[in-house]
Amino acid sequence: MPTTAPTSLAPADVTSSDSSLRRFLHGLPGVDAVGLEARAAALGTRSIKTTAKAYAIDLAISMVDLTTLEGADTPGKVRALGAKAVHPDPTDRTTPTTAAVCVYPDMVAAAKEAVAGSGVKVASVATAFPAGRAALDVKLADVRDAVAAGADEIDMVIDRGAFLSGRYLKVYDEIVAVKEACGTSARLKVIFETGELSTYDNIRRASWLGMLAGADFIKTSTGKVAVNATPANTLLMLEAVRDFRAQTGVQVGVKPAGGIRTTKDAVKFLVLVNETAGEDWLDNHWFRFGASSLLNDLLMQRQKLATGRYSGPDYVTVD
Amino acid sequence: MSERLSVFKTYKLYVGGKFPRSESGRVYEVTDSKGNWLANAPQSSRKDARDAVVAARKAFGAWSGATAYNRGQVLYRVAEMLEGRKAQFVREVADAQGLSKSKAAEQVDATIDRWVWYAGWTDKIAQVIGGANPVAGPYFNLSSPEPTGVVAVLAPQESSFLGLVSVVAPVIATGSTAVVIASEESPLPALSLGEVLATSDLPGGVVNVLSGRTAEIAAPLAAHQDVNAIDLAGADEALAKELEIAAADNLKRVLRPQPVDDWAATPGTDRMTAFLETKTVWHPTGSLGASGSAY
Repeated sequence: MPTTAPTSLAPADVTSSDSSLRRFLHGLPGVDAVGLEARAAALGTRSIKTTAKAYAIDLAISMVDLTTLEGADTPGKVRALGAKAVHPDPTDRTTPTTAAVCVYPDMVAAAKEAVAGSGVKVASVATAFPAGRAALDVKLADVRDAVAAGADEIDMVIDRGAFLSGRYLKVYDEIVAVKEACGTSARLKVIFETGELSTYDNIRRASWLGMLAGADFIKTSTGKVAVNATPANTLLMLEAVRDFRAQTGVQVGVKPAGGIRTTKDAVKFLVLVNETAGEDWLDNHWFRFGASSLLNDLLMQRQKLATGRYSGPDYVTVD
Repeated sequence: MSERLSVFKTYKLYVGGKFPRSESGRVYEVTDSKGNWLANAPQSSRKDARDAVVAARKAFGAWSGATAYNRGQVLYRVAEMLEGRKAQFVREVADAQGLSKSKAAEQVDATIDRWVWYAGWTDKIAQVIGGANPVAGPYFNLSSPEPTGVVAVLAPQESSFLGLVSVVAPVIATGSTAVVIASEESPLPALSLGEVLATSDLPGGVVNVLSGRTAEIAAPLAAHQDVNAIDLAGADEALAKELEIAAADNLKRVLRPQPVDDWAATPGTDRMTAFLETKTVWHPTGSLGASGSAY
């Protein structure tokens, strides 16, 4: 489904005032919800087998942001998670490492230590995750704290209250400020919490807003609300990054998060990536899965391909 | 008056408390003992087997954790439901095995009695095979039976209903969950049993019924790492050997096929104990310290 990207884009003009930003975002073409869902569903019917499946599973494992975001997180749990990220399947060292571990800011140091020397990144949620209901100073302090502790990536949440009430420039300014706080060392992922944005049009607007403000990644959700990543909203965001690159030459990554639990689901998302954004995004620098239980299913499927026997939860780690 | 059109029944699998078609979309023709077409039954694939194992594993926690008394009540409820649908089962068993109406009715009666028999055993098996074992030391040792887990059951080929229930009921009576492969030639009573189980308070996934080619479905189950035991009642000698080898990889419990002359005979407790583990608990007893206190 081709979407018409806005023909001209001069970010300086667009973001010069609240009204020009609103004019731009509301000038984006409306989303054909039925068409979008049908397209996402149709791409989900592809049958991926044998060698292609093996490739998809390894690619998906390398794209996982292994996540623990619980109030009950302990340094011990984060260390266990880090060990799992480095050696997802200790019985098979050909298994790729995951892309990153994703933790709360106060666990960054522990995570950093656990994955040291492995190439696995440490991502930290910040900006008063998951609600994002705090003053900007507090959010920025949260970010600086995580960056200082060594986070390679920052997952921020946007202010949905401001977005839904139409104060787009406030959201924009916050993202810019957070991006600045990330400095040059940390990549910024911007979480829209698509489940709270109500409409596909809003998701498209949020995607463009985030990319204009300098996001390195746009991410669907926190995983803390009822509706998280769906094929349809991820497809929409993939179209946005594709169109944004066509317009500006800047490539932005996409990260669906929450609710992706099975290998089958993950492969469906990879098909969406390949068919929408293209092969350039089939790399963990540009596409991630925010997930925790997905990894175990990927590993069980990987074991099935390697041995020919269906595996069970007894043969992967409990987390 | 015009003649009424026949309403044919679409037989479906019973997996996780639902009635899906085979994932493969395949069906095969089921005939009566004289070769007349009866119905099409789903021909399950290895993915149906995998899904059934997932459902059985999911159901295991709650079913094994239910009180033995409660399991007995549920099993008795199954017998009650069967009683109400006796006519259907008599017809299906008569067709499947080429029996007269009265002989088939005898079989169905015996089957219902078999459920009742096993329903009674749920809260008695622990007393019979568990034990309080005196040991040489200031301890007491208790052993109690625990369910094995997910059991793959190859139902007997010749006795489509009584044989089926005689191998399924002991598995679930003791708290394990089952993935059952129905008799290949006569799967209809087994598929109808699924409908009865769905309406008898039995939690979804405790029994999962698959129909199709026994060898095709049994192979992935025997090799499956998340299946704890396999009952080979419905396998011929060559298949049983092959499955036993596949089952060795994760040390499944294997119940080899044994010749059964008469399924109606009282079965004894062997089929229940085949899928039980023994848990032993050491318990301090008597005076432990100088004070003479017990604890």
